[in-house]
Amino acid sequence: MRILIPIKRVVDPYAKVKPLPDGSGIDTSAIKFEINPFDEIAMEEAVRIKEKLPDTELIAVSIGGAECEEQLRKALAIGADWALLIETNDQLDSGVVAQELAAIAKELKPDIILMGKQATDGDNNQAGQMLAAKLDCPQATFACKVEVGAGSVAVTRETDQGTETLELPTPCVITTDLRLNEPRYVALPGIIKARSKKLERRPRSTSFSAKVRTISYSLPPPRAAGKRVSSISELVAELKGKGVLA
Amino acid sequence: MIAANSSEIAPLSGFAAKVGLSFDVLLLQGSTSEGFGAGTVFQANLSVFPPADSLASSIAPKTNGYSYIAGAATMAGKDVIARLAGLIDAGMVSDVVSVASPTRFVRPVVAGTILATEEILTNLNCFTVRLSSFSASSQGSSLSESVSLDTTGITKRIAVHAGNGSRPDLTQAKVVVSGGRPLRDAATFERLIGGLADKLGGAVGATRAAVDSGIAPNECQVGQTGKIVAPDLYIAAGISGSTQHMAGIKDSKCIVAINKDPDAPIFEFADFGIVADLFDAIPELMNLL
Repeated sequence: MRILIPIKRVVDPYAKVKPLPDGSGIDTSAIKFEINPFDEIAMEEAVRIKEKLPDTELIAVSIGGAECEEQLRKALAIGADWALLIETNDQLDSGVVAQELAAIAKELKPDIILMGKQATDGDNNQAGQMLAAKLDCPQATFACKVEVGAGSVAVTRETDQGTETLELPTPCVITTDLRLNEPRYVALPGIIKARSKKLERRPRSTSFSAKVRTISYSLPPPRAAGKRVSSISELVAELKGKGVLA
Repeated sequence: MIAANSSEIAPLSGFAAKVGLSFDVLLLQGSTSEGFGAGTVFQANLSVFPPADSLASSIAPKTNGYSYIAGAATMAGKDVIARLAGLIDAGMVSDVVSVASPTRFVRPVVAGTILATEEILTNLNCFTVRLSSFSASSQGSSLSESVSLDTTGITKRIAVHAGNGSRPDLTQAKVVVSGGRPLRDAATFERLIGGLADKLGGAVGATRAAVDSGIAPNECQVGQTGKIVAPDLYIAAGISGSTQHMAGIKDSKCIVAINKDPDAPIFEFADFGIVADLFDAIPELMNLL
């Protein structure tokens, strides 16, 4: 079995980010970059599958600038067997990412592609579904439980109403939600070992260009400061006064 | 416009009006005689909502001739519309909250801390639209036509666990009562948060921390990575107000915060705040209603 895990480099999800003064981008000057947390959950899940099925190869792939090596090394430290960096400084949208990943998937023929449901910078929630469409293979998004069987995977996924379990034949694309697992802490030996694992660099293999681009960034308007009330009866009176309580 | 059910038609019609185009609706489930200005409402009358892969394949041929294809920014909508965009090779803008021009759309990014304006560069695009950000611009009956979708596929649904029972849908409720981790356990959460919600005819929400610790069901999670809500009244009990939670509630008309920590960040956002222990405050509030 072979699992492909796409990894995106994103601004530290716990940092407070703001737009550049001219709105042309996000101010990343004092901010660290991390693996997209949902991709880290995907990487962790892949490692757990390999722990049960040792004859599994885990390949992490990232598309972006040379600096993405940092996140691929982290993926290698978590447990990827080798990593592939599609090096490009092109403007990418989810569609281009899906096309590049589809080209890689056609070459490497993974049984499962496990990736985050969305990246915590763009919050698009598109690439996994678009990739599955390009590969004409089944998809299960928002996964909260993954059970690998012979030639199929049972994925329990979060829905608007609760959860449901889908059975998908492989190859398939699974996108991860928060509650799939808690990624492990990677200890120093893992980080050192990751330095010697294979990391292959390649240029893009497709020439698709972005169909959507971001032209400006701004801060959302702040909410006006509210009022402190000192008792529940005062609260009820205020809410009735405002017409939100009958 | 692709509507999963008839309640999505009104906000989707509002999006079409802001873009400035006439529109048709593909209604997947349920039926309606109100098209909110749609030319034709194509009613698919699906008895069950199919997995996204087979559903997107069945919708794709019906999108011929349309250049803007929009659905709700719900979990189901994101699942299906993004796959559809991949199938028909369209550009895509997710989570649209406002329309700046027919080619420029505003959407929250980085957990709602920043608004991005995105521009579509080609003529075929898909969108998911925040239902709470748009309302119907016109009323009126439309032509109705039934349409058949072949949703057979290789993905099988083998189990369903629906949660919220008789309470209104979280993303469309007029009142939402939410709780955080201080609720301690599932029974206490249901008694206080569920009890107050039922008293107000509202839906139940929860923080990520409450869901992660098993106090509240998954589908109740409100925030950037959960549900986005915009009720008339949002009551947050024992919720400190993390960025990612606030991103999910900031369009609520009136936010009430009940928290015993006077320095909780939620007090900066709340229209009304009360520093109180929720174990005293909620029963008292329930008694007064």
